[in-house]
Amino acid sequence: MKFVQNIFDQTRPLVEKDGKRNILYPLHNALETMAFVPDHTAHSGAHVRDAIDLKRTMVTVIFAMVPALLFGMWNIGRLHYGAIGMESTLLENFLFGTLKLLPLIMVTYAAGLGVEIFFSWKRNHPVNEGFLVSGLLIPLIMPVDIPLWMVAASTIFAVLIGKEVFGGTGMNLLNPALTARAFAFFAYPTWMSGDQVWVNTSGGDIVDGYSGATAMGDLATTVGQGMGNPAMESVVAQFGPEGNYSLMNAFLGLIPGSIGETSALLILLGGLFLIFKGVGSWRIMLSFFIGGLVMAGIFNAFAVNEFMALNPIHQLMLGGFMFGMVFMATDPVSAAQTETGKYIYGFLAEFFGIMIRVFNPAYPEGIMLAILFMNVMAPLIDHYVVEANIKRRAKRLANA
Amino acid sequence: MSQSFKIRKGYDIKLVGAAAQTDLDAVSAQTYAVSPLDFPGITPKLAVKAGAQVKAGDTLFFDKDRPEVKICAPVSGEIAEVKRGAKRKILAVIILADSKIKYASHGKLDLDKADRASVAELFSNSGIGALITSRPYGVVASMSEEPRDIFVNAVQSGPLAGNLAYQLDGKDSEITAALKALGKLTSGKVYVSQGGDEKGVPSLNDSSVVNVTFTGKHPKGMVGTQIAQISPINKGDIVWTVNAVDLPVIGRAVLKGEYAPEYKVAVTGSMVKNTGYATMIQGVSLSSFNASNMKAGNARIIAGDVLSGTQIEADGYLSFGKSQITAIPEGNQTEFFGWVLPGFGKFSTNRAFWGWLFPNRKYDLDTNMHGEERAFVVTGEYDKFIPMDIFPQHLLRAVMIGDIEKMEQLGIYEIVPEDFALAEVACTSKLPLQQIVRDGLNDLRKEMM
Repeated sequence: MKFVQNIFDQTRPLVEKDGKRNILYPLHNALETMAFVPDHTAHSGAHVRDAIDLKRTMVTVIFAMVPALLFGMWNIGRLHYGAIGMESTLLENFLFGTLKLLPLIMVTYAAGLGVEIFFSWKRNHPVNEGFLVSGLLIPLIMPVDIPLWMVAASTIFAVLIGKEVFGGTGMNLLNPALTARAFAFFAYPTWMSGDQVWVNTSGGDIVDGYSGATAMGDLATTVGQGMGNPAMESVVAQFGPEGNYSLMNAFLGLIPGSIGETSALLILLGGLFLIFKGVGSWRIMLSFFIGGLVMAGIFNAFAVNEFMALNPIHQLMLGGFMFGMVFMATDPVSAAQTETGKYIYGFLAEFFGIMIRVFNPAYPEGIMLAILFMNVMAPLIDHYVVEANIKRRAKRLANA
Repeated sequence: MSQSFKIRKGYDIKLVGAAAQTDLDAVSAQTYAVSPLDFPGITPKLAVKAGAQVKAGDTLFFDKDRPEVKICAPVSGEIAEVKRGAKRKILAVIILADSKIKYASHGKLDLDKADRASVAELFSNSGIGALITSRPYGVVASMSEEPRDIFVNAVQSGPLAGNLAYQLDGKDSEITAALKALGKLTSGKVYVSQGGDEKGVPSLNDSSVVNVTFTGKHPKGMVGTQIAQISPINKGDIVWTVNAVDLPVIGRAVLKGEYAPEYKVAVTGSMVKNTGYATMIQGVSLSSFNASNMKAGNARIIAGDVLSGTQIEADGYLSFGKSQITAIPEGNQTEFFGWVLPGFGKFSTNRAFWGWLFPNRKYDLDTNMHGEERAFVVTGEYDKFIPMDIFPQHLLRAVMIGDIEKMEQLGIYEIVPEDFALAEVACTSKLPLQQIVRDGLNDLRKEMM
């Protein structure tokens, strides 16, 4: 590994304080510390340290995303060839998906890290690892056919407004990946919703009976139609055991949707990995799930349309629920930071998530909005949890 | 009266190099040093000049703001040098020791009759007062204050901690005298915390002494943890803490009027040739000891344990109040893609590396940081290592922004830096938690004085 170290050593003078390319110092430092865990030793306080660092934490989250990512790649191809009526092999599906997804990932990383590196240079601190995860989350929650420049614009907006204006990694109020999604959703609605964007149909004639709609989109059409409306029968049938959006299909992820968020099974697998590794908060995931279940259960009990009548478990398998639960709500910085607060935060996020989704069909991605809303509310939750501790202490003093 | 607590939050860091239960050769040297840097919260004012003759127990320097806080010579001899640093800051007072130690006499105490004032005077003048730490702030206690309670810590649970029963063997009469004397200094209780199995302090049949048992994980052996379970510190309270290893020194001063800070020091760590226990006097020069007892290679020598001990140079001196020496390898080497590798052999308190598969393995840890400093990102991490009713991260943030009121509300009075040591080890963001706490306490104390 000596030659790698030599490359870093030789280029260092160029980027150091008086070097010609000082603006690249954060990049140099980021790459060097990525290649080599630095030789820094403990100089104050404890003399030994845990092997973990933020890089390890972040790469663990990335590992957890890999199953959903690979599935997403395959699903892009499968849906594409299905829509234009072509037979395809697993490999073809996968290759097509890779060609579609890789540019998205590269653009996201380039745009996001560009902003990060600029701010690191301006503020004179090393590049934080947070964006390693955000940069992979963003492509996974986009529709496959979104133009690259929109992804770039959303990413830049998210890193700037979602993160850097608050002081960078660790200080942000909002989840950057969701901020990107929300920006894209409101800025370019025609590219982010409807039934044209979820499946790539280029290069062939669309087969008869094909619909590019998502389960969420179809469910939204049932709102205001009442229960048992014959006009809705065909939609409801889609959710039956034989339909396109059957519980099994939704669980496995064989449905159109944002690239990485369709397969509940593989996302859950990632979630279990995160819990097992101690990186993701089981408190948030559990209370998030229960919150969604409670709200969906309430709707189910008092259903006035077919959307509300959907089986609660089925409801939770659709849209961004699982992905939001495992990868979005658990972002430690934007979530509640106290352990008690995490239960409340998770529960409410999904309680509201299902509510928004069902009550306002124009926002099928209620989950995203609900998590962002709870991101904003999280400090308030923490405030009251911490306040309880302060009160307890004050009471002890008064009784002493 | 007795109580018992089991500490469930925490972690036992298992290291190689525990002290074998054998006696090593006693360590003595020509020079001894006392450093004001070992005493947080003291602005030293010298009481002696270079060239002066001192006896063991004569005052070397005292605190400018609290003159009753005196630091005394551990041995008799000639003041060889007063080492100074930048801005003439006193770094150490070096004593060239006599071959036979002469003790200053501070008078014996008749424990049955003595009142608080006479006990306090002995503690203040003989040097043993400096063995008592005062909380809040974690500074040397002043005998002019009366503490609410005194907490004696007889649990040693830190990494590679010595066996207390072995270290205190044969000192029962001194220990009993010390506990009795401490009882005179407070109208509250003297709590003696002991581990579940190994006892070092004999039970005392005295209503003011309360025996408390602590079992479970480290930091059960940190007095801050013990206080939090027994009777937490409130704003306005002052409590004193004493390490059980210091009791024989206190007892001897009480019984004989002599200050003889001699310890059976646990010599531990993977860089030590022969582990064991070596008798030495506080402040002794360790240069020849280190030269003959350390393995070849780049070692970090620590007075105390790896969590909150002080780094000493190879030609350094045994720091004040320490009864353990730990030597571990320095970790100043890079590691190629160390953060991605599975890490079966890596030490981590969580499961992100696969080393958790081997829970009983003992590690030969070095001093590498394993990463760079970052902002707070991971939450709920510190709580797992601090068995107190506080919110560590919120408290640290309050310190970082200098919000005194928030610090008070969140419980800064209940902690000293060492209470955050375990969390500092585990911290993903590699933040200097103990330094942050120390800074916060210093700011607070300045504000209050």
